[in-house]
Amino acid sequence: MTKYNLTHLEELEAESIFILREVAAQFENPAILFSGGKDSILVTYLAYKAFYPANIPFPLVHIDTGHNFQETLDYRDDLVKRLGAKLIVGSVEESIKQGKAVEEKGFNASRNALQTVTLLDTIEQHKFDAAIGGARRDEEKARAKERFFSHRDEFGQWDPKNQRPELWNLFNGRKNMGEHFRVFPISNWTEMDVWQYIKKENIPLPNLYFTHERMVIERDGGLLADSPHLNKRDTEVPFKQIVRFRTIGDMTCTGAVLSQANSLDEIIQEVASSRQTERGTRADDKRSETAMEDRKKLGYF
Amino acid sequence: MQDGYLNMELLRFTTAGSVDDGKSTLIGRLLYDSKSIFEDQMEAVQASSQKKGLAHVDLSLLTDGLKAEREQGITIDVAYRYFATPKRKFIIADTPGHIQYTRNMVTGASTANLALILVDARKGILEQTCRHSFIASLLKIPHLIVCVNKMDLVDYQEERYNEIVAAYKSFASKLEITDVHFVPISALNGDNVVDKSANMPWYQGSTLLYLLETIHIGSDHNHIDCRFPVQQVIRPHKTKFHDFRGYAGRISGGIFKKGDEVMVLPSGFTSKIKSIQVGEKLIEEAFAPMSVTMTLEDEIDISRGDMIVRSNNQPQNGQDIDVMLCWFNNKAYVPGAKFHLKHTSNDARAIIKEINYKVDINTLHRIEDDKTLNMNDICRVKIRATKPLLFDSYRKNRNTGSIILVDEATNETVAAGMIV
Repeated sequence: MTKYNLTHLEELEAESIFILREVAAQFENPAILFSGGKDSILVTYLAYKAFYPANIPFPLVHIDTGHNFQETLDYRDDLVKRLGAKLIVGSVEESIKQGKAVEEKGFNASRNALQTVTLLDTIEQHKFDAAIGGARRDEEKARAKERFFSHRDEFGQWDPKNQRPELWNLFNGRKNMGEHFRVFPISNWTEMDVWQYIKKENIPLPNLYFTHERMVIERDGGLLADSPHLNKRDTEVPFKQIVRFRTIGDMTCTGAVLSQANSLDEIIQEVASSRQTERGTRADDKRSETAMEDRKKLGYF
Repeated sequence: MQDGYLNMELLRFTTAGSVDDGKSTLIGRLLYDSKSIFEDQMEAVQASSQKKGLAHVDLSLLTDGLKAEREQGITIDVAYRYFATPKRKFIIADTPGHIQYTRNMVTGASTANLALILVDARKGILEQTCRHSFIASLLKIPHLIVCVNKMDLVDYQEERYNEIVAAYKSFASKLEITDVHFVPISALNGDNVVDKSANMPWYQGSTLLYLLETIHIGSDHNHIDCRFPVQQVIRPHKTKFHDFRGYAGRISGGIFKKGDEVMVLPSGFTSKIKSIQVGEKLIEEAFAPMSVTMTLEDEIDISRGDMIVRSNNQPQNGQDIDVMLCWFNNKAYVPGAKFHLKHTSNDARAIIKEINYKVDINTLHRIEDDKTLNMNDICRVKIRATKPLLFDSYRKNRNTGSIILVDEATNETVAAGMIV
């Protein structure tokens, strides 16, 4: 490699930082959607780099289903303190109490889809005109079609067949009143890129990503963390297992994987040899072939 | 070898082709052979193929993600795919090859280092081969690989391959393509895709993957003409950084070093680079396409849209630009319409003053008497902006030579242009 040549991680970093600065320049009131997962942690870290030594010019918005892992919440609070950032929590519990969202019933009940209601409400309430997310195109086939700057109409909906073309480094964030944008600075990163970068930059992560002992139940061939939020069948008896999480979301739909990986090197090796996509552990994507596209059209992340 | 990824490069390439020339099969094979397709993805594609009553596994279902695409069996939009080998990470912008999708091909081509063009060995050079090659040359994609596919269906004949290569070279002489490679392959059987083919001992060249891994991309960025469009001014308002005034942006060309004499445009003030940094890390020099923050020795009034350059190498500066424009919108251009123009980190309003000619993208003929701009048209036009732009020709610099036009009423991106 010659001297004036970037590595793939450096080039991805440069692209993401450019996008984040473009958001700050083109929008009046942007926010980072922070889930506590590695992708939104990465986006927040890149934003820190993009604006250093100034503070990140966006608040972190967390849509709290009320079913989060405690480790996620602790990590979030600590991060906000370290960055001097502002935290805004949108509560799904609150949306349910107000009757705007209705709790799902049955054994696979999850508040995952309800997040959309709270998310759109939070965006409206705070008048955010750009919501920055950590979605990646390699994650899921509907996300493969996403733009960096993704336009949402006044109902927060995505129209995948009528997207604005994106060329070169020119991003069009113009919109009418009431409309907003979703922005995905790490669109071009793969799961492997994210892990390699986290290792290279030594970014701290919640412990959930590393191997630990946990009470789990088995369902549809996968493992779910046992918690009071999970509706269990009589046959689903919790047992102890050595696991870690490949993605982190709501406790009721994030599957654990059997793993002894205790360090970033071990995780990178595990990801390299894995034969399942990371969202293969997500029950929310398995509801139908176009589950993600359907949710995204309505305004999901 | 554990940390080998710290030396990997990134190569972006675009593919174009129609349903039956084996493009999906080829992409599927690259993904499959590089172990980038996961079991659960494969299972989903197998299930969908069965549901559609297909005897084989339809690998195009991997790339066609939207419901409408899967239902109609067509690709509507640019799909991005990712794979990596120990040497490089690849981003594929897979664009539909059908005639009305020039817009998608242009979009995919705008950021590509390389274009992969597929030719069916039985059919030879077709109109669409010419179309793709023209767009690759118009968008100045630095490298081109022509894959002569389906060699198995012409008995792996060397003569047929040579015929197609000769025909392509004769056509390509009319285009500005500098670096072109040819590979005879069978995507279906894997000949010369990842492994050398035993069926074509007469072919002494590299396999497709080897080319993708080794083509020299280090010179794809302009490292000569220094261009730093300022995206944002960073003022921390913190006691520790009280006087910090950083200029954030992505380097569009050249190499900037600490201590360099620079000029700020349009004001024309000069100063020296005091520091360059990425995040907290101070660096000695920065080059395209890095995103950095610079500080200068002198306090100068600089804002978004300004450009930091070297005084002995300045971009052009003017309100009138000649552009090759590709019209994207299904609503045709209305003469006299005003647009919002985006160029580097700069914004202006603009009108199209004159349409000089339209290009027939199949024959490359100029059509002088058609003054309309319809979806997928490519025309040479004169544009006038409300304020001076700091630009280079697209040939010299893809970043400072490109523009988009935005409809002022709908806010849609209606056209993209390359400055002549």
